Amino acid sequence: MIPALSLILACQLAGEIISRALMLPLPGPVLGMIFLLVLMSVSHTIKEVVRPVAQFILQHLSLLFVPAGVGIVAHLDALREHGLGLAAALIGSTMLAIVVGAAVFVAVAKLTGSAADD
Amino acid sequence: MTDPFKLWSYLSSGPLLWLWATLIAYWVGDTLFKLSRRSPFANPVMVAVVLLGGVLLMTGTPYQRYFDGAQFVHFMLGPATVCLAVPLHANLPKVRKALLPIIAGLLAGSATAIVSVLAIAKAMGAGPGLLASLAPKSVTAPVAIGISQSLGGEPSLTAALVILTGMIGAITVTPMLNLLGFRDWRARGFAVGVAAHGIGTARAFQVHETAGAFASIGMGMNAVLTAFLAPVVLSLFG
Repeated sequence: MIPALSLILACQLAGEIISRALMLPLPGPVLGMIFLLVLMSVSHTIKEVVRPVAQFILQHLSLLFVPAGVGIVAHLDALREHGLGLAAALIGSTMLAIVVGAAVFVAVAKLTGSAADD
Repeated sequence: MTDPFKLWSYLSSGPLLWLWATLIAYWVGDTLFKLSRRSPFANPVMVAVVLLGGVLLMTGTPYQRYFDGAQFVHFMLGPATVCLAVPLHANLPKVRKALLPIIAGLLAGSATAIVSVLAIAKAMGAGPGLLASLAPKSVTAPVAIGISQSLGGEPSLTAALVILTGMIGAITVTPMLNLLGFRDWRARGFAVGVAAHGIGTARAFQVHETAGAFASIGMGMNAVLTAFLAPVVLSLFG
C-alpha cells in the first residue's frame, strides 16, 4: 500500500516538475501517467505492487469529480443568464463529438484492418 | 446542551462536515445508480452534485467553505490520473494495433467538439468571453482552465462548463451509441474520453474495461491537442 502510493505520488511529482520546467501544455498528472506506464513496462515488480492500489483508487473515479462539480453552484447566475444557449451548445457539441469521434475511429479501423477482438 | 447554531457554525466552517457530506452524497448517487440497474441517467456525479449544491444553497454556505472540506477528495484526482496507467498498460497490445484509428478519431472528435460548441454558442448569442470559456470544455479541468485563461475566458466558469460537459457525455454516450449500433468498445471508449474527459472515462470504466482504457488515452491526447487547436478555432469565430 505505502510503496505503491509513494510510487504513484512520485510519478505525479515528476510530472508536475517536468511540466512546469518545460512549460508543457500537458498537466503534471497526465505526464505522471505516462511515467508510470513506462515504469510498469520495464519492471514486473512495479506492475504487481501498483496494480491493487490503482484498481482501488480507480474503482470510485466518479467520486473524485464531485467537489469540482459542486462548483457549478458558484456559477448558477452566469449559467442561468445564457441557459438555453449553453444547454444547446454543451449538449449538441458533446453528443456530436462523441458520434463523430466513434464513427471516424470505426471507419479507419475498418480501412486499416484493425478489427476489435472482443 | 450546546447551542445548535453555535454547533452548526463550528461544524460548517471545518472540513469534517463537508468531507462527510461529499461521501454520503456520492454514496446516495452510487446506490441509486445500482438500484436503477446502472442506468446512465442515474449518473452518480450528477446526483451527488445536485444534492450537495442544494444543501449549500439552502444553508447559504459559500462554495469555498465547502471546498475546504471536499478538497481531500478533490486532491485524489491527480493520483487517480496517474493510476490510469494500470488499465492502459493492460490494454497496450490493443492500443498498438489501433494506432491509426486512434489518431483519426482524436483529430475528428477534438475538432468537432471545439468547432460545434463555438458555432452553436455564437449562433445563440454568446459573447467573446463566454466563447473563450467554452472552447476547451471537452478537456480535463486542470488543462481546460489553463487554456481558458490564455484565451481570455473565465477559468472558474470553464471549470463548471467542463464538469457539465463530462456529465452530459457520461449520460448520453451509452444510449446514443447503442441506438446508432456502435459495438466496438475501443471506439466507444475513445470517443467519450475525447469528448467528455475524466467523467466520460469514469463512465466508460463502468461499462467495459477496454472502453475505459481507450477513454483514458482519448482524454490524455485531447488535453494536448486542444491546447493547440482551441486558439486557432477560436480566432475563426472572433
